[in-house]
Amino acid sequence: MLSGALIVVLSFAYVGLLFAIAYWGDKRADAGRSIIANPYIYTLSLAVYCTSWTFYGSVGRAATSGIGFLPIYLGPTLMAALWWYVLLKMVRISKAHRITSIADFIASRYGKSHLLGGLVTVIAVLGIVPYIALQLKAISASFSTMLQYPNTVASGSAASLPFLQDNTFYIAMLLAAFTILFGTRHLDATERHEGLVAAIAFESIVKLVAFIAVGVFVTWGMFDGFADVFNKAAASPELNALLFQGGASGNYTTWASLTVLSMLAIILLPRQFQVAVVENVDERHLNKAIWLFPLYLFAINIFVLPIALGGLMHFPPGTVDADTYVLTLPMSEHRTWLALLAFIGGLSAATGMVIVETIALSTMVCNDLVMPILLRWKFLRLTERPDLSGLLLGIRRAAIVVVLVLGYGYFHLAGEAYALVSIGLISFTAVAQFAPAMIGGLFWKGGTRLGALLGLGAGFLVWLYSLLLPSFAKSGWLPITFLTEGIFGFDLLKPQQLFGLTGLDDISHCLFWSMIANIGCYVGFSLWRRPTAAEHSQANLFVDVFRHVTPGSGSRFWRGSATVADLQTLLGRFIGPERANESFAAYARSQGIQGSEQVTANAVLVHYVESQIAGAIGSASARDMVASVVVEEPLALDEVMAIIDEASQALAYSRQLEQKSRELEAATNELRGANQRLQELDRLKDDFISTVTHELRTPLTSIRAFSEILSDNPQLDPAQRSKFLGIITRESERLTRLINQVLDLAKIESGAADWHPGSIDMREVLDDAVTALSQICKERNITLDLQMPEKIPAVMADRDRVTQVVLNLLSNAANFCDKPDSRIAVSLVTEKSALRVAVADNGIGISPADQAVIFEKFRQVSDSPAGKPRGSGLGLAISREIIRHFGGRLWVESTPGRGSTFFFTLPLQNEAAAAQAA
Amino acid sequence: MTASVLIVEDEESILLSLEFLLGKEGYAVTTARDGAEALRLLEQSVPDLVLLDVMLPLIDGFELCATMRAMPALAGTRIMLVTARGREAEIARGLALGADTYLTKPFSTRELMDRVRALLASPRTSGA
Repeated sequence: MLSGALIVVLSFAYVGLLFAIAYWGDKRADAGRSIIANPYIYTLSLAVYCTSWTFYGSVGRAATSGIGFLPIYLGPTLMAALWWYVLLKMVRISKAHRITSIADFIASRYGKSHLLGGLVTVIAVLGIVPYIALQLKAISASFSTMLQYPNTVASGSAASLPFLQDNTFYIAMLLAAFTILFGTRHLDATERHEGLVAAIAFESIVKLVAFIAVGVFVTWGMFDGFADVFNKAAASPELNALLFQGGASGNYTTWASLTVLSMLAIILLPRQFQVAVVENVDERHLNKAIWLFPLYLFAINIFVLPIALGGLMHFPPGTVDADTYVLTLPMSEHRTWLALLAFIGGLSAATGMVIVETIALSTMVCNDLVMPILLRWKFLRLTERPDLSGLLLGIRRAAIVVVLVLGYGYFHLAGEAYALVSIGLISFTAVAQFAPAMIGGLFWKGGTRLGALLGLGAGFLVWLYSLLLPSFAKSGWLPITFLTEGIFGFDLLKPQQLFGLTGLDDISHCLFWSMIANIGCYVGFSLWRRPTAAEHSQANLFVDVFRHVTPGSGSRFWRGSATVADLQTLLGRFIGPERANESFAAYARSQGIQGSEQVTANAVLVHYVESQIAGAIGSASARDMVASVVVEEPLALDEVMAIIDEASQALAYSRQLEQKSRELEAATNELRGANQRLQELDRLKDDFISTVTHELRTPLTSIRAFSEILSDNPQLDPAQRSKFLGIITRESERLTRLINQVLDLAKIESGAADWHPGSIDMREVLDDAVTALSQICKERNITLDLQMPEKIPAVMADRDRVTQVVLNLLSNAANFCDKPDSRIAVSLVTEKSALRVAVADNGIGISPADQAVIFEKFRQVSDSPAGKPRGSGLGLAISREIIRHFGGRLWVESTPGRGSTFFFTLPLQNEAAAAQAA
Repeated sequence: MTASVLIVEDEESILLSLEFLLGKEGYAVTTARDGAEALRLLEQSVPDLVLLDVMLPLIDGFELCATMRAMPALAGTRIMLVTARGREAEIARGLALGADTYLTKPFSTRELMDRVRALLASPRTSGA
């Protein structure tokens, strides 16, 4: 009905328009005036989710299962509500670590593992190929429909043509060319493609407008509004059942599993990761996308039921494939231009998906599959080549072609057996396998590389066995007995009824078993082995990304040395020397350095270069490359422990806080201690003053009282008068002595005392002191005995002071002698390095408790039977200070009731000199 | 009738001065040099007034004061604390423990005698 030439010209014109938009977008981006830096373009680019499967397949599904088409859009709508946390986290992490694909993301999360990145890539490629096939099938089918209408039943016959006569093949190659042109124009660390995103956003508008146009035409052109469509449908028994009794819309499990699958698909599909994470310009765009994107989904779905019902009512049953209603309804009404618009809309949906998906896959294939292998093959000497950027681009371009050829191959082999929706769901189930490693990796620090590898592997194998292989079997590519009898005839291993599980549709069945295997292995093996240091540090960086977003955060884990030239050459190899120069200049600017020649090779630069290279070849390979020019100093065990302990800034921060609070606590304790000591000193000072006051008042009391008595009683007899005057004199002397001693002690303690050290002969000192006391002793009937060697070495001390000490000890001894046969024995001996003087009495002795305190100020032995002890209570304190000043020691030994012996030592001259010097 | 006074003081010369001053005024004076001796004397006879030094060996003036106030026989006996440590807190403590008045060392002999006379002239309201 329509000329093929017209359709082909129109298609080319449309693709040409896309080229123009993409070219313009890139030019604008190069000029620094981005056209995609707004949330609306971002949302429209997210709508790449809506492929030809949405455009044609939803109507097809609605025609067979009523509202059964909805879960695929309910899932993303629900997920959008979680974007502010899940997707934002992914974006933040990816920006910080220059992650450019989902394979890179998962590999990087689990310690930059090559193996994991490779596995994710393989799963993604195998999982997505059917999806790409689906797009090719849609383009091909729509093309034939346009050409052959009204003979539409023969749709899809293209698949049986040899590929050179099959226009689907040329479509695939055209898409490859477009993708190569705009997806691999150059290498960039951020792996962003502004022009492409602009084209994708434009395509999202086209497909929405086209679909709504058809919807409006069907609803108001062919019918009389929504009410009319639904009323007429309700009048037909079959359609009534379809609409209102659930029809074949599937049971609850199917709904649940489709909703879950599409929730996961919206974040895990490589193209969604590409547009939502990698191409994201500003994470604030998410805030609007959260409600705009569901709105887009609502808009593109609102006319699905009217078109499906319209088609079912308009065409006799079995004459037209419901997947083509979007095209055939306008055609049947001779609205050729509307049909062409719908065709372009479908083309938009298909091409948008294919382009973004193949770019995402080619990045993964290049960075996570091919490059790690090539770099490992030493004989290729890749690491020595000056410029690898050409090779990298070549690999990506080849990968694009290979992916599209694979898609075409799948279309050719299995495309006939399935409706659009079913093919899409096979892919959804494949990418859902990334969920445990991905979501677990975002929120659970305990997930390990081993767990992720085995979980992914197990889930993938179950998917392969219970979903992909059966799709081949149904296409006749494998014997159908594989489905009906299981492998090797084992009933329990029937791929779609594993272990006897029946009653579930294929997708739910596969999702059930693959998730059990996947999550089971992921969690089980993660718990089995502790994560390594590298895994642990990455886990912290990912899970706690909101607490540390500075891109330099990885640099803490590097120690080593490299030259700036080495690093620049290395970067040049992967992104080209020119771009490397630009990149170093940008680095210099960001570091506030004048000119790139001033750049120093520190950890920050190494990290920067690594992240730039990561954009080109993935984080795991980038690490290896940087390691090849950086002479890394081996980490000592304690440093490794430190890395483990401080793997995240959050941890370090909390440790700092703890440290600070410990320091604060220590300072508080110190202050409290100091305060207590001050209070104690204050109390001691108060006590001292109070005691001194008391000691001063006591003699004063007597002096005043007797002075007044003498003054008031002039008639006192002379004996009494002289007695009272004697008391006044004695108490005055006591007062004077006390004041002198207080001042003396204060001087000694403050270091202001006058010392007159000299070489003294201890024999003379003792002789003098004993002579001075002998009169008193004679009066009190005390025997005073002095024993000294003939000759003793001299000591360095103040003679008057030492005499003061000896007199104090002698008078104390005399005061405590109360027995009739009292005796005091003074002896002098020479020890190894000191002279020792002992003053022994046979008096009342001193109790152990009192021995401990008698050297303190004003502490007197209070329980003397002779009443209040004589003396000021300062004598021993002063004596001890004097002996201590000359490097000696003063102490007492005593048995209560049998007497006390006071000892003091004075070091011999050389030791004394040393003590003085110290 | 002559009032009886017990002087409790460990400082010999002060004791001597107090004994002289009160004896000359005609009071019947007994003396004790520490708390234990004072308690022994108090059990034998009840004085009208006790002059009590605070800083005593073994049993201090506060303790003796409290003990005396716990003895019903001494309900009518006045107690005058004589202290060399004129801190307000100590004075308050002494009065709280049952002393009737206090005198700070060194004191004027005239003031001492005035206070003794005044104290003996006013009847003691026991249990106040």
